[in-house]
Amino acid sequence: MNARIFFFTLVAGLFLLGVFQTVQRHLAFDIPWMPGETRSVWNIDAKIEFEATGKPVLASLSTPNSQAGYTQISQNAASPGYGLSFLYEDNKPQAQWTIRQATGPQTLYYNIQLLVDSDSVDQPITKMPELFDTEYGAAGLAAGTDIIKDAFKTSADAFSFTREILKQLNTEQPNQSIRLVLASKSSKTNILIGLLNEAKIPTKKVGALALEDGRRRQHLQPLVEVFQEKNGKIESRLFDASSLQEVDRKDLLLWDQSGKALLELTGGVNSKVSFSMIQQDQPALAAILQKNDNEHLFNFSIHSLPIEDQSLFKGILMIPLGVLIVVMMRVLIGLKTSGTFMPVLIAMAFIQTSLITGIVGFVMLVAVGLFIRSYLSHLNLLLVSRISTVIIMVILLIALFGVLSYKLGLTEGLKITFFPMIILSWTIERMSVLWEEEGAKEVFKQGGGSLIVAVFAYFVMSNDVTRHLMFNFIGLQFVVMALVLLLGSYTGYRLLELRRFKPLVDKE
Amino acid sequence: MFFSSPFKLKKKGIMGMNERNSRYIGRYNPRRLYPLVDNKLKTKIIARDANVTTPALLGVITMQAEVETVEQFITNTPGFVIKPAKGSGGKGILVITKVENGRYYKSNGNEESLSEIKRHVTDILAGLFSLGGSADVAVIEGLIQFDSAFDGFSFEGVPDVRVIVFKGFPVMAMMRLSTAASDGKANLHQGAVGVGIDIATGKAINAVQFDLPVERHPDTDKELKLLVVPNWERLIYLAASCYEMTGMGYLGTDMVLDRDLGPMLLELNARPGLAIQIANGTGILPRLKLVESLKDADKMTVEERVAFSKQHFAETPLIETE
Repeated sequence: MNARIFFFTLVAGLFLLGVFQTVQRHLAFDIPWMPGETRSVWNIDAKIEFEATGKPVLASLSTPNSQAGYTQISQNAASPGYGLSFLYEDNKPQAQWTIRQATGPQTLYYNIQLLVDSDSVDQPITKMPELFDTEYGAAGLAAGTDIIKDAFKTSADAFSFTREILKQLNTEQPNQSIRLVLASKSSKTNILIGLLNEAKIPTKKVGALALEDGRRRQHLQPLVEVFQEKNGKIESRLFDASSLQEVDRKDLLLWDQSGKALLELTGGVNSKVSFSMIQQDQPALAAILQKNDNEHLFNFSIHSLPIEDQSLFKGILMIPLGVLIVVMMRVLIGLKTSGTFMPVLIAMAFIQTSLITGIVGFVMLVAVGLFIRSYLSHLNLLLVSRISTVIIMVILLIALFGVLSYKLGLTEGLKITFFPMIILSWTIERMSVLWEEEGAKEVFKQGGGSLIVAVFAYFVMSNDVTRHLMFNFIGLQFVVMALVLLLGSYTGYRLLELRRFKPLVDKE
Repeated sequence: MFFSSPFKLKKKGIMGMNERNSRYIGRYNPRRLYPLVDNKLKTKIIARDANVTTPALLGVITMQAEVETVEQFITNTPGFVIKPAKGSGGKGILVITKVENGRYYKSNGNEESLSEIKRHVTDILAGLFSLGGSADVAVIEGLIQFDSAFDGFSFEGVPDVRVIVFKGFPVMAMMRLSTAASDGKANLHQGAVGVGIDIATGKAINAVQFDLPVERHPDTDKELKLLVVPNWERLIYLAASCYEMTGMGYLGTDMVLDRDLGPMLLELNARPGLAIQIANGTGILPRLKLVESLKDADKMTVEERVAFSKQHFAETPLIETE
């Protein structure tokens, strides 16, 4: 009994391990259950134009970090003649172009692909931006102090304070101090930053890009990120200087979070950065794989192998399913097949040849093979040389069928070469012996059984969904193994036995 | 209904292939003992040691070079059988019933030339009929002169009695009668008639061909209900003693009746088929379970076991009052 308990524990263990690994892979790596699922990918180009002045040029473009809602899949840049490097310092990614000498109008392109990814989160803020010293004119300073005082009275923390300031800046009937502040040459955004800075609230200027499919020549929208420390945790929110409310992050990409300039350029003048973007629907899996490739987290899977070996595994990983079908057909149904796993090999050949061509080719080969083999019967040959003769005969037949069908314009016929020749030869030999000993009926029974199982195995093994699942979720192999083990301990009746023993029950 | 309900089968105690394989063969037949049963030559040797009668051994051919010498074993016999030592399912058994002036005839009257016989031996040696295709030896045995009690019950070939012996208890028996359809062979799936035999008396109970009930032999038209196996006592005694001989718990013993020598063991089978249940019209499971429930079964002698089987597995119970 103990052995039985151990067995079922083992089966349950394997099953749970498989299911757990599968679900974990789905959740952790976001691999979709279905092959057809698509995910949105934003393909964004930044175009930098400037006039080079004939001196060494160094252009640094701030580029986006992965952030809430978006994961970077890839980036690249086109820039003939320029040296290019992607720098990443201090959480501030940059693309840097350099050239010893350039003159005249220059155009540089930067391209980034971002996966729409609800799992992606912002990087944690580890330190507050520093406050800076600004100098105002006496009048401006007095006006600013007034505004800060007013806002301070009606607010509770940095965020509500910011909202109060925004209310004053955007009011329809500005009072005198507001008018005075607004009269300065600075933009509203800079005024807001100045005021907050004056009130000792740390801020950062952020350049955001509104994502909309098919837009061209877009520019970054300046936003203000306001920071506040609460219970030892740094929080931040985004504000737009010309509206009262907090900014909605939906469809908004925070491109430039450097807090400095979007483009730093030496050796050029009249620089201009514009953006264009398109949204693409990519198969989810490809997108995820690119994403995970970048994260270097996928190394534990088949996907870390070279593509060539991966496609080999694509076939191999399907075999357990074919084997499962064979076990089910034999243990649960009771079908007879000639050679235990021959149907799986035939099914694999069907996958290469396509079903109809495969069945026609298989039946023709076996039929003609049996016919010729019946002559060999009379020659009193040793077994090994007889089988060898059958192998050569099968190869000749395959060649003959191939050439014949090609001449007739049936290129489908050429696929016949995918059949496993040695296996076919043994099948022919066995069936021929079977024919002599037990008659044609048994041959058709076993041959038909093999073919039925092969067709079933073909449908399961060639199905897109099962292929996708078996290849991407290694854990399913354990599930199949658990099922096969479980079937191995099945002691109930086979379906065909219900038919076979029927006379016994009907007697009464 | 095309299928019967599995619950009805269960209730009748009918054993399925899966159950046989895992509950009985897997549990009671140790793998290491298989060669004793699968190799007919080895079976013959242990049977001789255990005083179990078997058909006469005329010769053994073990090498291709010896194939040419086959004639010396067979020319001066009234008939003979050539079989692979490791054959399965009755494959590769050649039965020659008449030898006349160096010409050989099968039971259906067709002639088999010497070169055809040699080819057959060659095939056997190459392993064509063996499990797994491994190289084999050819065993040549004397033809059994079958008992006249079976006249008209068998069409060509030797009728044999299959007794299922479980832990030394003969639990179920059937007679296998060859037909024209089975080409003189006694395998039910090849078309032989199976007749269920009462363990207690050796009398026919029920008959089937191709898993369907039959009343009369399809070729000779003899009423099968009239069949009685002579010398039944000795036959099941021999069958039951095969347990000690091999150590196999779940064994199919194939017995034949020779006119002069009486019951003898033809071969053993470690994976006996399920058709015996159809031939007997009853399931085998209740009998197996009864034997399994015996506590001191291992201490019982062959005679005690046979007596137990006759008492409990009789078609019409010997002791009506119980």
